[in-house]
Order: sequence, then C-alpha cells, then structure tokens
Amino acid sequence: MSNVLVIAEHLDGQLNPSTGRAISAAAALKADAIDVLVLAEAPDAIAAEAANYAGVRKVLTVARAENAHPLAAVLAPQVARAAEGYSHVFAPSTTFGKDLMPRVAALLGVGQVSDIMAVEGSHRFQRPIYAGNAIVDVEAPADATVVATVRTASWPVAGTADSAAPVEPLALDVELPSHTRFVGLEQAGGDRPDLQGARVVVSGGRALASEDNFKLIYDLADALGAAVGASRAAVDAGYCPNDMQVGQTGKIIAPDLYFAIGISGAIQHLTGIKDAGTIVAINKDPDAPIFEIADYGLVGDLFKIVPELEAAVR
Amino acid sequence: MKILVGYKRVVDYNVRIQVKPDGSGVVTDGVKLSPNPFDDIALEEALRLREKGVADEVVIVGIGPANLGPHLRNGLAMGANRAIHVVSEDAVPPLAAARVLLKLVEKEQPGLVIVGKQAIDDDNNQTGQMLAALWDRPQATFASKLEIAGDKATVVREVDAGLETIEVDLPAVVTTDLRLNEPRFIKLPDIMKAKSKPIDSMELADLGVEGGAPIRATSYAAPPKRSRGTMVENVGELVDALKQKGLL
Ligand SMILES: Cc1cc2nc3c(=O)[nH]c(=O)nc-3n(C[C@H](O)[C@H](O)[C@H](O)COP(=O)(O)OP(=O)(O)OC[C@H]3O[C@@H](n4cnc5c(N)ncnc54)[C@H](O)[C@@H]3O)c2cc1C
Ligand SMILES: Nc1ncnc2c1ncn2[C@@H]1O[C@H](COP(=O)(O)O)[C@@H](O)[C@H]1O
Repeated sequence: MSNVLVIAEHLDGQLNPSTGRAISAAAALKADAIDVLVLAEAPDAIAAEAANYAGVRKVLTVARAENAHPLAAVLAPQVARAAEGYSHVFAPSTTFGKDLMPRVAALLGVGQVSDIMAVEGSHRFQRPIYAGNAIVDVEAPADATVVATVRTASWPVAGTADSAAPVEPLALDVELPSHTRFVGLEQAGGDRPDLQGARVVVSGGRALASEDNFKLIYDLADALGAAVGASRAAVDAGYCPNDMQVGQTGKIIAPDLYFAIGISGAIQHLTGIKDAGTIVAINKDPDAPIFEIADYGLVGDLFKIVPELEAAVR
Repeated sequence: MKILVGYKRVVDYNVRIQVKPDGSGVVTDGVKLSPNPFDDIALEEALRLREKGVADEVVIVGIGPANLGPHLRNGLAMGANRAIHVVSEDAVPPLAAARVLLKLVEKEQPGLVIVGKQAIDDDNNQTGQMLAALWDRPQATFASKLEIAGDKATVVREVDAGLETIEVDLPAVVTTDLRLNEPRFIKLPDIMKAKSKPIDSMELADLGVEGGAPIRATSYAAPPKRSRGTMVENVGELVDALKQKGLL
C-alpha cells in the first residue's frame, strides 16, 4: 500500500513541470493514491494545473502569506505535518526539492533517498553516485516514511487526466518560524525555452572566452529554438549566468539534441547530459574527451563553425 | 563568534570511479583521497570571516575512520584553529552526520555552521538541511555570497531560476556552492605550523549517535556507457546527419 504525497514546485503562480516528473516516479510505485500538495500564498491556479496530471487523486492546498516564497524552513514543518498518513513524500530534485526535502526528512526522523532514477519496488530505488559514475540500488526501511527527491531527467512529465482531480484546502495547525526571510530573486531567463524541459540545448564552454562572444551561442540557440546551457568554466568566468550551468552541480538535463561547443567534456559536465538523445560536439582539439561520448563530432574552430551552422539551420 | 565547518574526506574529483566486479561497492583502495571540494570552499569562507574580524575561531569537523589525521591536518594547515575528529570506521549517512554535528553544536555553541552543499562521493546534498532542521535554525543552502552584519546573515543562493537572496538570523547553517570563493593554496610553513594545532578525537558512540544506514545500499553497477559516434568533416555533413535523424 503506497500513498504518495508529491510536493508541487511553482514560481510566479505557475506550476513547474518538474512536479509532473515527480508524479511519474510516484506512479511507478504502483501507488494506491497520489496526492499533490501546493503550499503557496495563492494556490488556486497552481492547484488547477496540478489537478490535470493523470494519476492524481486530489490536490491539497495550503494558502498562507508565509508561503509566498519557497523558504525551506517555513515549508518543511507544513510538509512534515501533511505527510501524516502517507507512505512516501516525493519532490523533484531541483534546487527547490534539494533544499526542502532533507529538512522534511530530518523533522520526520528518517533518511532521504536523493535523485531517484528508477523505482524497483515500493521501497527499492536506483540512484546515481560519484557524479553518475556509479549507480546504486538502495532499500529504504519498510516501516518508515520514504522521503525522496526525483531525478527529473530520468522521468517524463505525467500525462493529462481525462477529468481534473478535486482540489481541497488543507488546514494545518503549525507554527512557522520567522528567522528566515525572503529578500529577492534575480531571474536571468528571457524568452528562451527552459533548460530543464527543452528539446534542444546549445551549450558553450570556456572556449567562448568572453561574455560578448557567448552571443554566438545565443544566436545559434535562437535559430534552433533551443535553450542555452554552459559549462562551469563559462559560468565561473562570468560569460553567462549561473542558472545555465549543466552538470553534477548544475542542472541535469535530457534534451533530444545537445550541442557541446568549446567544452572539453569533464566528467562533472558529462553527468549532466548522460540522458541526452543525441550529443553533438564541436571542439578544436581532436583528442577532447567530449568526442568519446558524442554521437557526432566536428573538429575545428567554433568561431568559424558556429556562424556557419547558424546560417545552415536558420 | 565561532564557526564550525564540515570537512569530509572523499575520493578526489579527478579519479575515474570503478565499480567492483562483484557489485559490492566502488574501488576506493589506493585511489587518491581529498577534502570534499565544497568543504574546502566552506573552510575558505570561514577563514575569510575570521580574517575580517567577524569570527574569532574556526573549527573543522571530520567524521570518518581512524586514519583521517592527515586530512584534518590539511584543513589545519589551510588555517583552521582546531579540528574535531569523530571516529567511525563505517560510512556515516547524512542523518547520522547531522546528528553528530548537532551534538557538537550543542557543545561548541557556534554562531555559524558552514558545510558543503554536497559530498561528491554519494552526492546526497542533505546534511546541512538536516542539521538545520534538528537544530531548529535557519538554513541558507547553495550559497554563492555570504555577508554577516550583527546577528544576521544575508545570503545569495544559486537556484534553478537564478539568484535568490535571503536574510537569516544567526545562528544558522550555510551550505556552499562552487562560486562562493576560491580556496587558498596551502604553503609549506603552514603545514609545519599545523602540526602543533589540536585535534580532539572522540568515538561516534561517545556522542550517543548511532551509526548504521537506515537506507541500505544493496548493489552497485556501472552506468550504461555512451559510445563514440561519428566524426563529420564539416557543417554540411553535420546538418545532413541531424536532418536524417529527424532532429532538425
Ligand atoms: C566539485 C566539482 C563540481 C563541478 N561541477 C561542474 C558542473 O556541474 N558542470 C561543469 O560543466 N563543470 C563542473 N566542474 C568543472 C569541470 O571539472 C571542468 O573544469 C569544466 O567542465 C570545464 O569547462 P570547459 O569544458 O568549458 O573548459 P575547458 O576544460 O577549459 O575546455 C575548453 C575546451 O574548448 C576547446 N576550445 C578552445 N578553443 C576553441 C575554439 N576556438 N574552437 C573550438 N574549441 C575550442 C578546448 O579544446 C577545450 O576542449 C566541476 C568541478 C568540480 C571540482
Ligand atoms: N563524514 C562527514 N564528515 C564531515 N563532514 C561531513 C560528513 N558528511 C557530511 N558532511 C558535511 O555535509 C556536507 C554535505 O554532505 P552530504 O549531505 O553527504 O552531501 C559535506 O560537504 C560536509 O560539509
């Protein structure tokens, strides 16, 4: 008997589709029921979106002014209380879920399974370790709540339900701390597709050598309708914002088509693209490790190749 | 103010990890071990706060086997005032590590605890958040900037949507992201000086914390391998190939 509570991630009144990926992982448990919990200041529109995912029994909402921003210290006691009666509590392994769920687990006095990539039984899961260079099978105790984050690149977004699940407000009598306060969020993203959900991603590395040159990557991405990613080296050097970093400590993505441009292929970067459909590498060094895993490799100077490619796909 | 820093020893990030043929674990015998990169960043941040006069003492904590000495000496050489070694031959999962850190927090009364956002062996990304929960204090995870003024800290966090800024009351737990700082290199004279710095050693059981892993690893496997594909000669060939696969 598995009853799963999935914690919804949202921003600016919109549900993040990674929630739908966590629902897919919950469905893989052959769960008896999957409920979604929306903690927000104004949860109704978000809940209505969540109610449309296939497999959802009901959506629970907690409307509180304190829930306007995703502060783990504020959300965790509510999730821990709402978890009563559920066998599993899942959230996507995004920075939202990674921040929140260990705090929930500790409040419940249980361990956490991070980054579920496969479900092998109600309490048996596969997860990556060592930057994805090994996969471990883990077994959580059957007599305790399973608190877990779901590796989004391993799961599709759940389908659409024939009819929407009911939405119910949930009254939680929990005191919330005031020791943690939201100050602001600086969002880099423009009109380009979201990196974590995009079908095509174009990433640039240290070889771009400047913020100005990184425009080459944006232009190619726009010609392809693609999202833009980057290596850590490119982010560290300030060529592009931090939310573009792909890899072990950045975003783990699974686009159908990935372009690695002027990226050497360090294991920490490759971890982020293991599940990509087709990988194209453009690098001037024929011995660059990225070619070991690329489906198509092109050796040459990116400053010549990228504009040609852009012209060819426009 | 005293700062407690999590300082874990892990397989060096450059090592190519091999899974043992019988699936019982990964090969760690004879491989290079190093401080967790995020913990070097944590220690560096603590040292900078001490150099600014915000903190007066930096204490590193390592939970691990009896032979952890040289690793802790490394942190002392970097500049920590002293080290606490909690001896455990078995690997300590995040919840147990958080319980250990809570015991030490109760004893040491730090104004700030800085740990890495994740240990790059198990990639769990849990311990700091768990400690903050057990301690009932704020957490500021994935920090790329930390400023302390009086009894408050302002922290810029690297989140999927961009950069989030939060303010927390101290004491609090901060977990480090890669861009918080660049750790200093250790100089030879510092290694000599570190020899006389104290390492306080205790058993896991002395702290009343149970080891063991409630979440059990049952078997290990190598990930599916991607293999080398085709080299194309020019942009035209590349575009044709992608078109043929229906990708363009
Ligand atoms: C704990 C830890 C976590 C990390 N996490 C991440 C992570 O999440 N993501 C990540 O990406 N990295 C991560 N790294 C860093 C990683 O180890 C590499 O340092 C980084 O990925 C290198 O970035 P790069 O490939 O852009 O740069 P480089 O390795 O310097 O490669 C640049 C490449 O560009 C090529 N090149 C140069 N000029 C040209 C040209 N004109 N035309 C074509 N090609 C050219 C070169 O041949 C070279 O292959 C992490 C490291 C650590 C220690
Ligand atoms: N055995 C340990 N010894 C010292 N610090 C630890 C230990 N385990 C975890 N930590 C700290 O907690 C951080 C996050 O670890 P984890 O939750 O395992 O990814 C690490 O970067 C360390 O700062």
